[in-house]
Amino acid sequence: MTTTSTSTDEVMDYDEAIARFDPVMGLEVHVELNTATKMFCGCATAFGAPPNSQVCPVCLGLPGALPVVNATAVESAIRIGLALHCEIAPWCRFARKNYFYPDMPKNFQTSQYDEPISFDGWLDVEVEDGAGGTEIFRVEIERAHMEEDTGKSLHIGGATGRIQGADYSLVDYNRAGIPLIEIVTKPIAGAGERAPEVARAYVSALRDLMRALDVSDVKMEQGSMRCDANVSLRVRAGDGPTSAAQLDVPLGTRTETKNVNSLRSVERAVRYEIARHAAVLAGGGSILQETRHWHEDTGVTTSGREKSDAEDYRYFPEPDLVPVAPSRERVEALRQTLPEPPAERRRRLQTDWGYSDLEMRDVVNAGALELIEQTVALGASAQAARKWWLGEPSRRANGAAQDLVAYAAQLGFAPADVAALEGMVVAGRLNDSMARQVLDGVLDGEGHPVQVADARGLELVQDDAALEAAVEQVIAANPDVADKIRGGKAQAAGALIGQVMKATKGQADAGKARELILAKLQ
Amino acid sequence: MNSDLTRATATELAEALANKTVSSVEVTQAHLHRIAAVDEQVHAYLHVDAEGALAAARSVDDRRAAGEQLPTLAGVPIAVKDVLATRGMPTTCGSRTLQGWVPPYDATVVARLRAEGLPLLGKTNMDEFAMGSSTEHSAYGPTRNPWDLERIPGGSGGGSSAAVASFQAPLAIGTDTGGSIRQPAAVTGSVGTKPTYGGVSRYGLVALASSLDQAGPCARTVLDTALLHAVMAGHDPMDSTSIDAPVPPVVEAARAGQVRGMKVGVVRELGGAGYQPGVRARFDEAVQLLVQAGAEVLEVSCPSFDYALAAYYLILPSEASSNLAKFDAMRYGLRVAPGGVDDPSAEQVMAASREAGFGPEVKRRIILGTYALSSGYYDAYYGSAQKVRTLIAQDFERAFEQVDVLVSPTAPTTAFRFGDKLDDPMAMYLNDIATIPANLAGVPGMSLPSGLADEDGLPAGIQILAPAMRDERLYSVGAALERALVDRWGGLLLDRVPQLDGTAVKGA
Ligand SMILES: [Zn+2]
Repeated sequence: MTTTSTSTDEVMDYDEAIARFDPVMGLEVHVELNTATKMFCGCATAFGAPPNSQVCPVCLGLPGALPVVNATAVESAIRIGLALHCEIAPWCRFARKNYFYPDMPKNFQTSQYDEPISFDGWLDVEVEDGAGGTEIFRVEIERAHMEEDTGKSLHIGGATGRIQGADYSLVDYNRAGIPLIEIVTKPIAGAGERAPEVARAYVSALRDLMRALDVSDVKMEQGSMRCDANVSLRVRAGDGPTSAAQLDVPLGTRTETKNVNSLRSVERAVRYEIARHAAVLAGGGSILQETRHWHEDTGVTTSGREKSDAEDYRYFPEPDLVPVAPSRERVEALRQTLPEPPAERRRRLQTDWGYSDLEMRDVVNAGALELIEQTVALGASAQAARKWWLGEPSRRANGAAQDLVAYAAQLGFAPADVAALEGMVVAGRLNDSMARQVLDGVLDGEGHPVQVADARGLELVQDDAALEAAVEQVIAANPDVADKIRGGKAQAAGALIGQVMKATKGQADAGKARELILAKLQ
Repeated sequence: MNSDLTRATATELAEALANKTVSSVEVTQAHLHRIAAVDEQVHAYLHVDAEGALAAARSVDDRRAAGEQLPTLAGVPIAVKDVLATRGMPTTCGSRTLQGWVPPYDATVVARLRAEGLPLLGKTNMDEFAMGSSTEHSAYGPTRNPWDLERIPGGSGGGSSAAVASFQAPLAIGTDTGGSIRQPAAVTGSVGTKPTYGGVSRYGLVALASSLDQAGPCARTVLDTALLHAVMAGHDPMDSTSIDAPVPPVVEAARAGQVRGMKVGVVRELGGAGYQPGVRARFDEAVQLLVQAGAEVLEVSCPSFDYALAAYYLILPSEASSNLAKFDAMRYGLRVAPGGVDDPSAEQVMAASREAGFGPEVKRRIILGTYALSSGYYDAYYGSAQKVRTLIAQDFERAFEQVDVLVSPTAPTTAFRFGDKLDDPMAMYLNDIATIPANLAGVPGMSLPSGLADEDGLPAGIQILAPAMRDERLYSVGAALERALVDRWGGLLLDRVPQLDGTAVKGA
């Protein structure tokens, strides 16, 4: 979808907006589960298959076809609920959400309404405390419910890339029926100026959690994790965003911003909406309850369809499915499968690795935690693993606007490569500068570290005879300098060492060269 | 066996086929000839698949000739209501919107028929999307009652019942959401069963109201009905609401036809005002025959049944409004461009196609259901209706603590004339007043002929209701009653149905 939208909306300076208003957010995150088959049929779920190649009568909504619940998806839903500290419903149902849209095969979405599988939980997220450390912000979870994804529309022609005004539309139903978990927060109040940061941190923490649970690919760029951000403002009261007086002020009218497809966008979109709302409210206007579309390129939101009371999904319990009633025993058994919470794991690893807070934050921000963990497991020191991953690979991943894991995976550059590189340094085969050259070669696709070092002939010269020959040659070529050293000016040796290094193409051990020079001339 | 193969019962045909005194091709061909001769008058079929039926018949004959042991009904042809998906055969649901739609898959029921070797003669007419009690709401014109071609054959499954009543098929599949198997059976003098909800797979049954729909057997005798019931029923992993339990022993019950010692409850609320005297008289006589056969009869009250019709006409339209949303011209079915619009949007095409594709009764129920589910009305309408549904289920539970089965007239009247109730939806809906409670509670029900009403000489039916998953009781009582009635009549009621103009086809 190519959309270049600029907005004529007024925005207020962010600091001024925060000085005058208190932001409240609600975040709805859709997570596509990584089950092998769809939510209600046996079709495959692989991303990127040819359009409409992973479909059947059920997910195409053909007359007469009926859904059957994917038991693995229910299991994932329960594990997600447990990891979010939710209550798990002993009995719940699916419901139909009725509305017409061409990418919805049945013109209703099988979802959950007033009986979600999990509800009333929380997730702690880490935000910067303004003093170089981190602080925990607790986001309360309203519910996490099961539903099916819709097909994917591609609107051809027209200015906006939306269905209105398009010449024609193409629909791919491969995505129709992919299991989704929708995780809805309670209103997030009390974040004040850090609201955008909290939003980003929350989505990031959710992503980490889903990865740790191994229930989703959580690739925001592929849409397997999607965020809708609700924002509203209310007037400032009391002496801070968490004061009782502030929390008592009724919520303002909210907007729901869709199409927020990266962590950075989550932060920017919330920030933009706060500034836009503030300008509207400060100008005496009122906020229209509506859907907004986020435009990554221009950094603004534009008005979507108006969301009002007219939108009535006519929810009712899905009569084609029986209730989901997980037993206590099953829920408890699933609880035993929960992984270590990502934040706790980070704290544990930081202690194990002896990283400073700053080092740890850099590692987390670079998305290098798992890579380093695997590299350390292969024998490298924690400091070396951090140094290599956060160096050239991170620089190149940033340059390619990719996250480090995806960049490395695409290149076939693995923790084992970093461990091998560091192994050569520790073994004395490479010095630091040679190791950097080897790394460049590996990232350029020349092969694995040992292959690159061999191919480039990079190896510290350990052969004393070769070094001695080079030293004698350099002394003979520089009689003046040699005399100075003989006369007691040992510091003049530096010039000769440089030439020895040059003669050996940098592969000599400089310390050893110095020893030899001094021994011969003193 | 009757020398006219179309007059034989399925049981007789199955026996003759097993004994190789007749071939499936002969039986199938006889029915195809009968269809060719009389269906222009009856219009029971929307589609006849002569080629497919004969191919299936030949295959059965070949297998039998090769000495293969075949299922009981292998080779006995059957008609299928046009609401069940049939691979390679049109499935229209009696609607313009699905004209020419050929499903890429078989309904589970259809797959079972094919697996058991029943040649599919074709698809039978019905009220559009099974909404109606007369087949007058079929987009392809009504089916006529073989007892009187000026009268309705019941609905929505009028095509299936008329097909068996006019000897155009020995067996047929129907579906019953509020009486669409039982009421047509009653007014055509045939037999039909709505099994326990979940007893027969709904996979491939184009949904009218998911929580009420149930496919079931139509035939001319109780035993034939049981044989077909046994083929259709059983757990299907493709239908989440399908019951994972053994099929009730319906064939054994039908063969035994034993009613001695059973307690039969006459439902006080079904049979008073509004019931035609002749219908009532035949019902009372049938009850007396049950007493003579050794049953103990008592009256029971199911007070919530008075609210069944109202609840039904909220639940059904609500579910239907959602089930029918998929017919939007985007992926299949009728697509109509809106008039006077140069460059119509998807939304406009959807609206124009639904306007053109659906008949007035379908639109009426979509509007009713959309309204009943609307925010602000949900609790008052859909919510209250579900509570009534619970009360009706409780009435049944209490009744079945006292009796083994319940009985009532199947429908309040005999077949009415075309057009009589077309302009009065409430009068039309009242036809299902006795059959609807079973759908709301999910219990099984059967209708079988009780005789001809004195005032019009048309068939009346008696309905038997049993607890969920006790479908065999329908057959015990039904077979016992049928035996007594046939003794009295000296043959099946359908032996008296007018011949129609078609020439009967002699068997080999
Ligand atoms: Zn599918």
